[in-house]
Amino acid sequence: MKRLVLILMLLASPVFAVQPDEILDDPVLEERARELSKGLRCLVCQNESIDESNASLARDLRLLVRERLVVGDSDEEAVEFIVARYGEFVLLNPTVTGANWLLWAAGPLMLLLAGGVGVSYLRARAKGTSTAEAPLSDAEQARLDDILRP
Amino acid sequence: MILAFAVAIVQTVVPMIGAHKRWHGWMAVAEPAAAAQFALTALAFGALMWAFITSDFSLRLVWLNSHSAKPMLYKISGTWGNHEGSMLLWVLIVTLFGAMAAWFGGNLPPTLRARVLSVQAAIGVAFFAFIIFTSNPFLRLDTPPFDGQDLNPLLQDPGLAFHPPFLYLGYVGLSMAFSFAVAALIEGRVDAAWGRWVRPWTLAAWVFLTIGIALGSWWAYYELGWGGFWFWDPVENASFMPWLLAVALLHSAIVVEKREALKSWTILLAILAFGFSLIGTFIVRSGLLTSVHAFANDPERGIWILMIMGFFMGGALVLFTLRASTMEAKGVFGLQSRESALLVNNLLLAVSCFVVFVGTMWPLVAEMFFDRKLSVGPPFFNAAFTPFMVALGLILPVGSVLPWKRASIVKAMKPLRYVFVLALAVGCLAYVMQTGRSMIGPVGMFLGAWLVMGVVVELIQRTGRGANRLGRLFRLPRADWGKAVAHAGLGVTMAGIAGLTAWTVDDIRVAKIGQPWSVGNYELTLMDVQDVRGPNYQATMGVLTLAKGGQVIAELRPEKRFYPVAQMPTTEAAIDYDLKRDVYVVIGDEQNGGGWTIRTYIKPMTNWIWIGCALMALGGLLSLSDRRFRVAAGASKRRATPVPAE
Repeated sequence: MKRLVLILMLLASPVFAVQPDEILDDPVLEERARELSKGLRCLVCQNESIDESNASLARDLRLLVRERLVVGDSDEEAVEFIVARYGEFVLLNPTVTGANWLLWAAGPLMLLLAGGVGVSYLRARAKGTSTAEAPLSDAEQARLDDILRP
Repeated sequence: MILAFAVAIVQTVVPMIGAHKRWHGWMAVAEPAAAAQFALTALAFGALMWAFITSDFSLRLVWLNSHSAKPMLYKISGTWGNHEGSMLLWVLIVTLFGAMAAWFGGNLPPTLRARVLSVQAAIGVAFFAFIIFTSNPFLRLDTPPFDGQDLNPLLQDPGLAFHPPFLYLGYVGLSMAFSFAVAALIEGRVDAAWGRWVRPWTLAAWVFLTIGIALGSWWAYYELGWGGFWFWDPVENASFMPWLLAVALLHSAIVVEKREALKSWTILLAILAFGFSLIGTFIVRSGLLTSVHAFANDPERGIWILMIMGFFMGGALVLFTLRASTMEAKGVFGLQSRESALLVNNLLLAVSCFVVFVGTMWPLVAEMFFDRKLSVGPPFFNAAFTPFMVALGLILPVGSVLPWKRASIVKAMKPLRYVFVLALAVGCLAYVMQTGRSMIGPVGMFLGAWLVMGVVVELIQRTGRGANRLGRLFRLPRADWGKAVAHAGLGVTMAGIAGLTAWTVDDIRVAKIGQPWSVGNYELTLMDVQDVRGPNYQATMGVLTLAKGGQVIAELRPEKRFYPVAQMPTTEAAIDYDLKRDVYVVIGDEQNGGGWTIRTYIKPMTNWIWIGCALMALGGLLSLSDRRFRVAAGASKRRATPVPAE
């Protein structure tokens, strides 16, 4: 794997993230393309978006995104077009479909759960059931006696 | 090193039995054993480092990761810039903490100390076995080659040279919290004193972790070449999760110490915090989740670490379920109180850590159970994680002025309301000044201002009323100053992150020599492009001038390096640092029609992030130097925290 990455890096080395020649003339379209690129994963690198990646495949994808936008696709259509060809893996932002709702809901659900436990704990504390000091153990009592002995 | 392994085994077994039977002789074994273990490990590590310094290529590890032409700093840092060496560093730090606990732990009850050292040694045993059986750094080569293969050039950088030691000090420092937790569980006793003992260790670990993460992030910022500082990469998350839990642990241990509540939760946190640093190690080493930073991975080693993790976590958690019920809380407090605020802090931190964890592991889960290959990237984390941090920032200033036991939020808010309005004004100002950009900027500015000003108000309040308030301000306990500085640091970091995220300007173009262009309020000119030779690389260096309003303010020299031995290109960005903004320039390739590709970024407030981190670490150090942590725990009862003069 390491070697593969190395080879890819070598192949890719002349290219360099977004190239000047890729940039669209229309600044609005370009802005949209950049925004979309940031959410698409480079397939040969690890955890980099195609906007940041130096790999040639990422360049192809960037060009593809721009092509779709120029043709007149909406943002969603352009992304769908890429996903249809390269799979869900390219999406850095997972969709809320199927089991993925678990992923998205994990935080809020956990917060509710933890919040519930926390509130019930606080309620119990607030009632103030046990104010008594913990009784000293025998050993501690002996030591205390020892200290207090004049 | 095998000797150290043997000593570690002795150190695990003997004091544990000794503590159980209350034989003093057996318990006393722990101390010299801890010292001996540390000395032996240090010897092994020193030997390895010496091999790197002298470029002894008969060692396989040195051959793979070093080169005779490499600068000395990187020869030394090469010692831990690889799997075997870094594991040895890891164990070295485990034993270091063990030895420190033996030396400075004089105020602990003997049984607790023996048990802590024993658990610590058990961790040592596991990792020694791991190193000796799967990743021995001292393997020799039959025929020593002429020269080495060089360290990954991305790692040849001062920021990264010191990043792993700090990070490991943090990771492994949490093992002390873990050892204390397990020892307390075996002992069956968690009280205010325990909370007091465990705090300095956690604090120290947290300080190191903060510095380590900040260094790593800074490195990513200037070395990887596109100016990001955080990528929500599995490896980064691996270090971030223990950090979040360590913060939570720090705060909940305060509740244990002052109010003897939240005990079982604190124990659980201590176990989990170390658990997450083990998970971190596992993620980085196993190749389970790959990432830009993972430089050493191997499935077999992953299984070992998984086994170690299973043993310690499983054991500790079983112990926890058996013993947790015996720990009942004593303190009583109302719904509105410092305790509750700290509880909310803990909830938010733990849940946000959980979110990061789920996000990191989800691609794996999805592939295994739902047969979907997908990615969870920065957009998810930004969306799912940020709200918790915003909530945390929102409640922090209020929570930290709330009195213990029973309080009233309305009353506590009274002195804060002016700064709240002021902070809101700052946020609104930011909103007005930007046009049509994301809300992150204003919200971040608001939070930053709110946190920092909240701290100021709190400090002023602490001085009470009457004469000589200034004098009293300086005589506040260092722990209070530490808290204030660390909280302000968080605010500064939040503001920095928000500013950077929301207001970065970038520009990509082909620049011809001598032709100026402008980015934001700045004009840049490419003056020259030169070929440069470094000690172990060749570079193409651009020379640019940065000007504002016709006045040249800096000369920038971005480089594109090529390391022939490792056959790897790297980019060296040139950055003009400033408190308000960084100008970040990267040079690319020569174009066919003449000229060079130049990327320029104007990154506002970037340095605030690192300054904030430095403040947080400084705050931690200040607290650590507080006398109250060093005096015998018996004093804890006498020194009640001064309740803020309301």
